[in-house]
Amino acid sequence: MSKPVVATASLAGCFGCHMSILDIDERILDLIELVEFNKSPVDDIKTFTKQCDIGIIEGGCCNSENVHNLKDFRKNCNILISLGECAIMGGLPAMRNGIPIKECIEEAYLDGPTVADCNEKKILPNDDEIPMILDRVYPCHEIVKIDYFLPGCPPRADLIWNAVAALVTGGELALPYEVVKFD
Amino acid sequence: MSEQITFTIDGKQCTAEKGDTIVAAAKKNGVYIPTLCDFEGLKPAATCRVCTVKVNGAPTTACSATVSQGVEIESNTEEITNIRKAVVEMMFVEGNHFCPACEKSGSCDLQALCYKYQMMVPRYDFTFPRKELDATSPKLLIEKNRCILCKRCVRSSITTNGKSLFAVAKRGNKTVIQMDKTLAADLSEEQAKEAMELCPVGAILKKETGFVTPIGQRKYDAAPIGSDIESNA
Ligand code: SF4
Ligand code: SF4
Ligand code: FES
Repeated sequence: MSKPVVATASLAGCFGCHMSILDIDERILDLIELVEFNKSPVDDIKTFTKQCDIGIIEGGCCNSENVHNLKDFRKNCNILISLGECAIMGGLPAMRNGIPIKECIEEAYLDGPTVADCNEKKILPNDDEIPMILDRVYPCHEIVKIDYFLPGCPPRADLIWNAVAALVTGGELALPYEVVKFD
Repeated sequence: MSEQITFTIDGKQCTAEKGDTIVAAAKKNGVYIPTLCDFEGLKPAATCRVCTVKVNGAPTTACSATVSQGVEIESNTEEITNIRKAVVEMMFVEGNHFCPACEKSGSCDLQALCYKYQMMVPRYDFTFPRKELDATSPKLLIEKNRCILCKRCVRSSITTNGKSLFAVAKRGNKTVIQMDKTLAADLSEEQAKEAMELCPVGAILKKETGFVTPIGQRKYDAAPIGSDIESNA
């Protein structure tokens, strides 16, 4: 039987959740015995080459590219997991939610203390290559259906390991108190 | 001596004194009933509903109801656990609870209940409110996006010349807690600390004390909320 296929992505996240995946330490050797990686920063495969069993999403959606990527993952993965606070509730990027987007952009490029003196032409980035910023940051499950949620900032490596192992082996998910934390 | 009465919680035989609240009576018998708005020494207000139990089949708030002879109390049933979890989730989505950036994280009662009930994601939509963060006074700040409106601060005795430091303003879903700026300006260190400790979440904070306790040593890092009560069972 072929191994289950895993894909991962970081949307509006800081890559901390991916770091936490690596934090499973030597169990990473067991992991590559258990699963095969497809599109993921872990192996640098940039596009899906086959239908995947498990998609792991770090980060919420703060721009059009995130939304596109997330929908692509939903299409190409049978099971989708929101990994970490940003994927689950927007996380720190969502601290801008509730602040009008105009105010955010002006603070970032015109008025903020680190930019006020150096953007004389008052340029707001608007190149076509730059993904369009959304009105607010959206948790992933507000954009597509998400099957499982693994909280934490970052989620504990043991939580990630327990969850992936349970999914792949069909066993019970062990959730000791120490592994479900929001920070 | 006050009158002893007997009753059951989830079938367990319990004894307490007549007049005890159900929360206090349960505690004496090693049973933890979660609370948020309840605070020792303050008159119960029953604002948060997280202590919901059933007494002889009827739902009630265990922090405000007193126990009576022979009653059968349901507390840790699947149905009630689900109600409590729903209440916790509602409070969570009504505010902006960015725990990774919160000074109270690890020692917050709301977060601790999320952990206890293993809230992986709230069942309700996040509301992302935009309420005020008032950091104008020298010793205290109040971040209203984290307030669960338990009114512990308002019901407390932190006063100067009979004037209360905290009050409720507006109504309905606009309700907010206001801090009296003039009174807040003259708070002693002790009073500021007391105010912070009254707040079950990270809404009232004493300045320059955030993040002093390392991760791993905070109140709820190692053991779930209520486990001290349950270990006395
Ligand atoms: S008040 Fe509690 S639940 Fe809210 S952000 Fe702070 S730690 Fe999290
Ligand atoms: S500020 Fe804190 S103590 Fe006061 S009502 Fe809000 S949550 Fe309760
Ligand atoms: S603790 Fe009983 S209603 Fe809040």
